Amino acid sequence: MTEMLINSLIVIFISVGVFFILVTAIGLIRLPDIYSRAHAASKSATLGVMSILIGVFLHFWLIEGNFNPRIILGIVFLFITGPVGGHMMAKAAYFSGVPLAKETVRDDMAPLVDKEATKKEQL
Amino acid sequence: MAFQILLNVFIAFVWMFLSNSFSSATFIIGYLLGLIMLFMLRRFFTSRFYLGRVWAVIKLGGIFIKELVAANVAVLKVILKPKLDLRPAIFEMETELKQDWEITLLSLLITLTPGTVVVNVSEDRTKLYVHAIDFDNIDDAVDSIRSTFEKAILEVSRS
Repeated sequence: MTEMLINSLIVIFISVGVFFILVTAIGLIRLPDIYSRAHAASKSATLGVMSILIGVFLHFWLIEGNFNPRIILGIVFLFITGPVGGHMMAKAAYFSGVPLAKETVRDDMAPLVDKEATKKEQL
Repeated sequence: MAFQILLNVFIAFVWMFLSNSFSSATFIIGYLLGLIMLFMLRRFFTSRFYLGRVWAVIKLGGIFIKELVAANVAVLKVILKPKLDLRPAIFEMETELKQDWEITLLSLLITLTPGTVVVNVSEDRTKLYVHAIDFDNIDDAVDSIRSTFEKAILEVSRS
């Protein structure tokens, strides 16, 4: 009975993870510009890989009796570095002049980039 | 805060020496006794009693996980909707947070919130530029960030 419960928990975690990674891939194809793709890549991929790792951890711990703290550390590292990666890609794209999607309704950062450009010209 | 924890560990060691038994059970008993002592003597410290701050950190972790799940459901809805009717935008919001680690934590939290990614932090560290995937109202967006995350981070850093 408990074995079945544990097994179904593991299956749920791993299939949720795979599903979210699939959603990330679909989002990378469907979304219009790099900034909205960064949304899909930084959120869904993080949660997807995290829940796969949780499933693997539970499998090795509860079924094979092998408590592996390295997987927990991996989850924590992913949790910290995933969003930072999304942020850095979006920032680098903006300052190297990648255009926003045409649906964009508002852009508060445009004056900032103009200022940077004039600063560079003065130098 | 670090000083209070150090003091608490020190009291636990003193308890281990007093009771002449060096096991982890004795250490835990000494630690709990030290906790009670520090709570009674809390007005002599310059900062507040440290358990409150530990609790605030735990709450912040809970918010992190909750927001991660909510954000993924939101992105899921956006991506799997048959017709893409996005209204992306970059808006600017001011932050009250001063220290670097607080701003880093706030941008991490915003990046994990439904539909927002931090694109840039201004040079003087007073403004965050946030890209929203489906934008309707700037005041709502800023308010929701402010009332949840900024408050939780201020709760941790308050001395």
